[in-house]
Amino acid sequence: MDVNMGNVLGLVFANMHDTTLGDITKNRTMGSVLFGGRYRLIDFPLSNMVNSGISEIGVITKSNYQSLLDHLGSAREWDLARKKGGLYILPPFGSVESTLYRGRIEALYGAMSFIKCSRAKYVILSDCDVVTNIDYKPILAQHIESGADITAVVHTGVYTSDEIKTSTVLNTDESGRVSSVLITPEISGTCTLSLNMFVMSMEFLTETIKDSMARGLVSFERNILQDRCRDLKIMTYEYENYFSKLNSVSSYFAANMKLLDPENSQKLFVAKRSIYTKVSDNAPAKYDLDCTVKNSLIADGCIIEGEVENSVLFRGVKVGKGTKVKNCILMQDTVVGDNAELNYLITDKNVHISANHILTSSPEYPMYVGKGASV
Amino acid sequence: MFNKKECVAMLLAGGQGSRLYALTQKVAKPAVPFGAKYRIIDFPLSNCINSGIDTVGVLTQYQPLVLNEYIGNGQPWDLDRIHGGVYVLPPYQTASGADWYSGTANAIYQNISFIDRYDPEYVVVLSGDHIYKMDYNKMLDFHKAKEAAATIAVLDVPKEEASRFGIMITDDQDNIIDFEEKPKNPRSTLASMGIYIFTWKKLRAYLIANEEDKEASKDFGKNIIPDMREAGEKLVAYRFDGYWKDVGTIDSLWEANMDLINPNIPIDLYDPSWKIYSRNPVLPPQSIGPNAQIQNSMVTEGCVINGSVEFSMISDGVIVEEGAEIYDSILMPGAVIRKGAKVEYAIVGENTEIGENAQIGARPETIDDKDQWGVAVVGNNISVSANGVVAPKAIIYENI
Repeated sequence: MDVNMGNVLGLVFANMHDTTLGDITKNRTMGSVLFGGRYRLIDFPLSNMVNSGISEIGVITKSNYQSLLDHLGSAREWDLARKKGGLYILPPFGSVESTLYRGRIEALYGAMSFIKCSRAKYVILSDCDVVTNIDYKPILAQHIESGADITAVVHTGVYTSDEIKTSTVLNTDESGRVSSVLITPEISGTCTLSLNMFVMSMEFLTETIKDSMARGLVSFERNILQDRCRDLKIMTYEYENYFSKLNSVSSYFAANMKLLDPENSQKLFVAKRSIYTKVSDNAPAKYDLDCTVKNSLIADGCIIEGEVENSVLFRGVKVGKGTKVKNCILMQDTVVGDNAELNYLITDKNVHISANHILTSSPEYPMYVGKGASV
Repeated sequence: MFNKKECVAMLLAGGQGSRLYALTQKVAKPAVPFGAKYRIIDFPLSNCINSGIDTVGVLTQYQPLVLNEYIGNGQPWDLDRIHGGVYVLPPYQTASGADWYSGTANAIYQNISFIDRYDPEYVVVLSGDHIYKMDYNKMLDFHKAKEAAATIAVLDVPKEEASRFGIMITDDQDNIIDFEEKPKNPRSTLASMGIYIFTWKKLRAYLIANEEDKEASKDFGKNIIPDMREAGEKLVAYRFDGYWKDVGTIDSLWEANMDLINPNIPIDLYDPSWKIYSRNPVLPPQSIGPNAQIQNSMVTEGCVINGSVEFSMISDGVIVEEGAEIYDSILMPGAVIRKGAKVEYAIVGENTEIGENAQIGARPETIDDKDQWGVAVVGNNISVSANGVVAPKAIIYENI
């Protein structure tokens, strides 16, 4: 089925799940978390929407969105600096009686004036906690064909209790229709997890928001998916491609490390479906005499004089002479002095680790060093 | 709306670059890839914006498609402006006929109306085939302080190299009193860098006069500068002491690339106050495999390296498979080096594939007859079959 993506509005929630990544999201939105050497999490939903043919996108923010604004700029890099459509950043709408939103419905209600201006017939909602390269076209096609009120993108697999306890589980009947919903349950094993991407018609969305607000209902998951799954037709779309769902610091670490395997990175970085991000005009990465780099993802602007193994280095990272960096994620502009040793470490932006330091932790609980810290 | 500009830059980018052979068959020389993530023209364009010059005319003529597409609206260099910005200026047809640019001076002459729209006091004339970082503003200050009609940037070169350049002979006040083109016995070591600043009113008059002389070759070095000297205009030499290299030949292109990874050569691409900008290819970070070996090299986004790389420049999207060895070479964007292939002292063109176990180029120490040795070049968009051999100094245009 050929669908017209020109009449789809994309809505990206930049702040959902902010609490799951601990200190990494202390001063930034989930959407502006750095990922994969040169990206921020919001690059994935934005690029996916753009690559699927959506050219009108609203980004709903709540708090700490300064880094997000800086990253998105005029949205030119995502080809969203448009006269018709383009990118709209939707900060909390401050009016006398309003407060910061408590749930997805309230967030959407805050963006109603923007949503109402759109002439789109369908809406695709996405959070920033799933890193993947997804085509929304077949999902919209299934949504239209099935006549569903809501289509939720899901993945059925074997999950640990840690992975499930931050997620929404959608139980379905044999036709794929949602029959019951568990929100952040403490279970483990095979189950169908929501990937926090939903498709619905514009009409359904606006009616549902208005109706829910009138009844004082603020949670999309609880008040719509869970409470109304029997009277609404909520269908699932089983997503089989490569993805990483981020719900803890260790899952963030693992999702970055998974990209060291070309099998995985080739599924995320697909030639005709590029992941766009802010350009920062760094020089190429420089590999010095006597450096050793193995099994790593390196971004431009890095200067490597020491040893780097099984690591992800973001743009502008410097690794000094005689230094050993193993199993680390070093974010933008981290500087490591000479003869240091780092193992299982995540450094945030602009961290400075002086010479001769040894910092080691374990794969289960990688150590995190906050933005701008000097060690 | 045309706001007055104090200074407008005109970048001569029309050259065929015939001495770069296989690399410029379909690409104008300024658009030839350089330094892993740049193209040659990124250097003068970045120098302009870093010097505060935001109005640049790029004069193109030969194979302009790639160059035009690359420059686009000038946004990567911050040259997409409401007032000014970058303009690609090809030759055009007029009521009195149509002419190709017949010389460097003629190219500027044909665009007098472009320059006049900004009513500038000064015009900087630049070349699209030089690698250097230079603050044109300092040169402009010098030009103003000297109240010169023309200022020519010069580099003090070693005496033995002076006969390769246009040499300026100056008095002790840096006034140019004479010049000679590639002299056998140079009287000075101040070589012209092909960078000029003119007081626009003066240059404008000399361009028009030169155009009326049917015999003239319409060239800055051969006509305009000599004419100005004969007329007694004040010509001064501006001494530049940084890194500068003309990359008009295969050897100099290769050398200039290698200079970027030589710690003793003073050109720093990592200085945040003087960034060299380029158009971004939108590719993931470089992926370095478990058996890769990389030393003394520059590598950029989208590369997948599983072999050995030493003393080399690896451009965006290059693939080096396991067991492949790259030494002292330049791999241009999208090149693929298959398993076991060996590339030594070579330039591999854009999107070219080197088959398994092929041998491209050789180290100079392995060749007895030094005249037989040189950098090997494999052109753009071709392939070398498995076990294929490209001899040192060879230049390949077609599949082998």
